[in-house]
Amino acid sequence: MSATAIPNSRRPRGPVPNALTSAQLPRFVELYTLLAALAVSAAVLAMIGFNIVGWLVLTAVIYLVGLGILSSVVENRRKATDRVIRGVVTIAFLLALIPLVSTLVTVIAGGAPALTWDFITKTGGSVFNPQTLKVTVVQGAWQAIVGTLIVTGIAAVISIPIGILAAIYLVEYAQPTQWMARTVTFLVDVMTGIPSIVAGLFAFSLFTLIVGPKAFSGFSASVALSVLMIPIVIRSTEEMLKLVSNDLREASFALGVTKFSTIVRIVLPTAIAGIITGVMLAISRVIGETAPIFIAASFTDNFNANPFSGAMQTLPVMAYSGYKFPSQDIAASYQSAWGAALLLVILVVILNLIARIVARVFAPKGLR
Amino acid sequence: MSKRINVNDLDVYYSDFLAVEGVNMTIEPRTVTAFIGPSGCGKSTFLRTLNRMHEVIPGAHVDGEVYIDGDNLYAPGVDPVSVRRQVGMVFQRANPFPTMSIRDNVLAGVRLNSKRMSKSDADDLVETSLKGANLWNEVKDRLHLPGSGLSGGQQQRLCIARAIAVAPDILLMDEPCSALDPISTLAIEDLIEELKREYTIVIVTHNMQQATRVSDKTAFFNIAGTGKPGKLIEYDDTATIFTKPSVQATEDYVSGRFG
Repeated sequence: MSATAIPNSRRPRGPVPNALTSAQLPRFVELYTLLAALAVSAAVLAMIGFNIVGWLVLTAVIYLVGLGILSSVVENRRKATDRVIRGVVTIAFLLALIPLVSTLVTVIAGGAPALTWDFITKTGGSVFNPQTLKVTVVQGAWQAIVGTLIVTGIAAVISIPIGILAAIYLVEYAQPTQWMARTVTFLVDVMTGIPSIVAGLFAFSLFTLIVGPKAFSGFSASVALSVLMIPIVIRSTEEMLKLVSNDLREASFALGVTKFSTIVRIVLPTAIAGIITGVMLAISRVIGETAPIFIAASFTDNFNANPFSGAMQTLPVMAYSGYKFPSQDIAASYQSAWGAALLLVILVVILNLIARIVARVFAPKGLR
Repeated sequence: MSKRINVNDLDVYYSDFLAVEGVNMTIEPRTVTAFIGPSGCGKSTFLRTLNRMHEVIPGAHVDGEVYIDGDNLYAPGVDPVSVRRQVGMVFQRANPFPTMSIRDNVLAGVRLNSKRMSKSDADDLVETSLKGANLWNEVKDRLHLPGSGLSGGQQQRLCIARAIAVAPDILLMDEPCSALDPISTLAIEDLIEELKREYTIVIVTHNMQQATRVSDKTAFFNIAGTGKPGKLIEYDDTATIFTKPSVQATEDYVSGRFG
């Protein structure tokens, strides 16, 4: 077979070992092109004034164009398209990573100095000394940590049973065409997209009606968070239950097992890893909510572990109020706001780690 | 324990759609009955009506009677759960419970029916059931390992062990070998031959050689066309069905002339 047997392909340079080979760029051509693009764009920008963003953008453009041209000259159109598209998706991925990494770095840089053992274990606030008539600011987030855990904990206790049971109803009991199932599914869809401030206003006005004006309490914040959390729990649990193969349910029914036992002993254990992961993600989703807690639980510098009366401090609200309503020592307020933000991020990371470990522990073993 | 099945003018519907029409059949105890016929002719649907498993599918309902030793499955007030305890079922795809060990899979039917059982009784039941399914020697050293780690054929025999552990009178098998290799198929067919001594067995199969190998009687189901109900065309001794059937359609099907 001679090279003419493949008329559509570019005639390869050099000796051809067999008819299936065609010209290829060297192995690390992408790296070389990237280095060249960096150098060229640096040189171009050096003439008109250097800045790092422009450098990276120009590099990306030169890289894509250069690699495209190079590849279509040496290789063929298909490979050129492949290389360019691969470059585009990689750049998109890096772009998506920028805000994430930048946020994380900023929070860690801002919060790390504030994060001392005292900050975690002391109740913060301003202390007025009547002798010297001086106000000193104590840095501490203990009241906010306790508040966040109480508010989120109660929200979880309310939402997880309701959410999981509702999902079991939707998947196991309701016929998909039934009006009630359709209504619940529709409402869940709507509630998933509900703005969190609306949930906060709902809880606050509800408790104002029940308790009277100034009804700030950790519990009403929990109710607000539950409104946000229940649809997430229902959605994720529903998806997990749907993943459980119908074969398993049928196998269980065919053994003369009741529907209840089938759900409790077969379906839930099979899906439990996914359900727990979903629940943990729902918790980390609401733990950082600021607006509803701000409305429903307000903020305070006092330590308050009673969710049923009085304002309660939480980490996200502490971060907000530290910035918005700083004490006389503005720098210290900012510092503790950053500290609260970092603590919150750490809490969310811990929750996610727990979710992963739990999912690993409960996952069905020995699957094909 | 083994029981006789009497089917009396049974129609099966999916909502308004008539899927199987007018089946009359008597299945003797301690026999193997094979259901053959083209896909979509209602064999599996009809099989499921013998232990009310069709009710799992929304909208499915029947009209007619099925007697198991004189008790009508469809009499008012019959609990499908207690029906299924007497009529076990093995499915086309092996479906051991993924969260359970081999041992727990065998005990699942008993445990989930919330019967208390001493450890020695449970051990005995596991051993007899697995021996009954010809699986004991292969798994006796790893009873605590997950059932889903077994091979396809072993999983299917595990499912049979699980089904016979609840001591049913009748065993329904919906294409139990269609996903298995010839060696595993042979193991299952040998097993069916042994189980016949204690159970009434009904098996759906697409493999006509298998029907001739394992069954005493064969029922041929057919469908006139898409959207038409499936019907029982002929029901006779397996030898008769495969050598001199009385209906032309049966002969066409078993001899391979069928469209």
